[in-house]
Amino acid sequence: MINFLLKGLFRDRSRSLFPFLIVAAGVMLTVFLHAWLSGALSSMIQSTAHYRTGHVCVMTKAYSEKADQVPNDLALLAIDTLVMSLRQRYTDLFWTPRISFGGLLDIPDEKGETKEQSPVSGIGVNLLSADSPEWKMLNIRPALVRGQLPSQHGELLIAEELARKLHVQPGQKATLITSTMYGSMAYFNFTIAGTVRFGVGPMDRSAIIADLADMQQAMDMQQGAGEIVGFFKDDLYHEERANAIARDFNVANLKPSDKFSPIMGTLRTVSGLADYLDYVGSFSGIILTIFVVAMSIVLWNAGLTGSLRRYGEIGLRLAIGEETGHVYRSMMVESLMIGIAGSMAGTAIGVAIAYYLQVHGFDIGSMMKNSTMMISDVIRAQVEPFTFVIGFLPGILATFLGAAISGIGIYKRQTSQLFKELET
Amino acid sequence: MAPRTHSTTPETKNSTLIRTENLDKIYPLGLNTLKALNHVNLSISKGEFLGLVGPSGSGKTTLLNIIGSLDSPTSGSAEVLGRKIESLSHNDAARLRNKHIGFIFQTYNLLPVYTVFENVEFPLLLLGIDSSLRKIRVMDALEWVGLADRADSKPAQLSGGQSQRVAIARAIVKRPELVLADEPTANLDAENSHHIMKTMQQLNKDLATTFVFATHDEKVIGYVRRKISLVDGRIEKDEKQPRR
Repeated sequence: MINFLLKGLFRDRSRSLFPFLIVAAGVMLTVFLHAWLSGALSSMIQSTAHYRTGHVCVMTKAYSEKADQVPNDLALLAIDTLVMSLRQRYTDLFWTPRISFGGLLDIPDEKGETKEQSPVSGIGVNLLSADSPEWKMLNIRPALVRGQLPSQHGELLIAEELARKLHVQPGQKATLITSTMYGSMAYFNFTIAGTVRFGVGPMDRSAIIADLADMQQAMDMQQGAGEIVGFFKDDLYHEERANAIARDFNVANLKPSDKFSPIMGTLRTVSGLADYLDYVGSFSGIILTIFVVAMSIVLWNAGLTGSLRRYGEIGLRLAIGEETGHVYRSMMVESLMIGIAGSMAGTAIGVAIAYYLQVHGFDIGSMMKNSTMMISDVIRAQVEPFTFVIGFLPGILATFLGAAISGIGIYKRQTSQLFKELET
Repeated sequence: MAPRTHSTTPETKNSTLIRTENLDKIYPLGLNTLKALNHVNLSISKGEFLGLVGPSGSGKTTLLNIIGSLDSPTSGSAEVLGRKIESLSHNDAARLRNKHIGFIFQTYNLLPVYTVFENVEFPLLLLGIDSSLRKIRVMDALEWVGLADRADSKPAQLSGGQSQRVAIARAIVKRPELVLADEPTANLDAENSHHIMKTMQQLNKDLATTFVFATHDEKVIGYVRRKISLVDGRIEKDEKQPRR
């Protein structure tokens, strides 16, 4: 019987090809959308982690309460001991101190007078150690556009866009005007070693990267750092583990009455992305639900059209003694076959497109000119194991629902009318 | 070619295949009702070649529906192959049709995506008959109707007469005790009608299958050996006819 149904299914394109194409198209969109959202979300999480918060982040309790203002007067001190302790206790992460700061970058002329000036936001990181995780996390080597990487104290990197705006070349001098952690004015002369382009709008517009020791000296923060960030060694954000580490650290170190006691936060809490991540998660679910419902309606209509075309066949089958349930079940089996085949094809196409965009990406830089979101200018899809599965949910469910709803008509068919109906 | 075997069910040992007693069928018609069958008393024996004749609305198709377990009576009784139609469940009625009754329709109703062989094979698939036996039975049935050489053709490649012969093969392939045909020649010309009726006469003779036709086609009426005339849901005349 299955062979008989299969023959009919393959020979009648309106029963097979049309629903197959609908399922394949819907599944392809679902798979691609999922991979795209995953990629965009992952890109945002990665950029935020790499350039701002790490996967987990230690700062003083007071600093954490005003972290968006980068209050370096509330920074951590005696960080060497703390970093060592973190490296020993939580070995599945890299730990590295950072100082985030703001200020003015002054470009002097040959007489030492101000030629150009621009507000900058910078980070002081460990640039001079070859085994520093920052090389990888900030993607510094591939980001270098002109000049060279800093090799000694007093050298900094400047965003390529900012360098062009200030008309400076690698090798030129620049003075950073900022404040010390005690609130007094600070000046520090740097040599621009090179220019970098990170592909992240806010970084490319105004970022400078200096060595941590230089910034400690410039800001009078010996043994100090605004934050100690931790990165999982596989560079993936493991939320449960991050929460567990943060809980463990805070139980051992946080003293509620001491505003300078260290506190650890996770990417979700420190970045303020918690609500956003929840929103995106819910949004993905909503989109998938809409797809399932929309595809079910389309397939229901396809099923109804097919049932109308097969009105005579179904009538004949009922007349010659096929039980109603058997007719219904055979239609469900057909829909299952179409659903599986369409889902497989749709998944294959969706994954192929997603993979292409994972490799080549899609440049949204022109749309992000004024954006302050830490998201890469090139959005890439992300193919993950779930990408191969997710399309089967709407693909099979919608086909089944469509066939199940349209097939109810079989039960409403009155056998007493079959002779008349089959005469037309 | 002569048929090889003919299955015998317990019901067919009794020579009466169909019996109706005070059979009524009433349809609601807006606020009123329409009495399609009115106290029909009828007995049809095994092997009969019988025509239900009458004008449109006389109750021919309604009676055929009830005999074929496609409908149930409003009152009275209809017994077909020993089963009370009025007490059959939906699935029991389907099983009765599946095993014991063949249907021939005015418009053939062949499945267009399947070959002639597959169209005829379909009822045997529903009965769960083994593949090798199915092949023998299908080819037998196609030989009876003279279409063995068109087994691989699609319905669209056949003439009207050939299509109806395939429909006959489909009706008799499972060797039913009873074949019901509603206006089987209405779409055919005189020559094809003659061939169709001759084919069915031969099958009636060779297989002892009972044929019941609902028709108002004079070409068919000439071939039946018993003619039951219906008028306004009542049997007006029940007469034997000479063999043609």
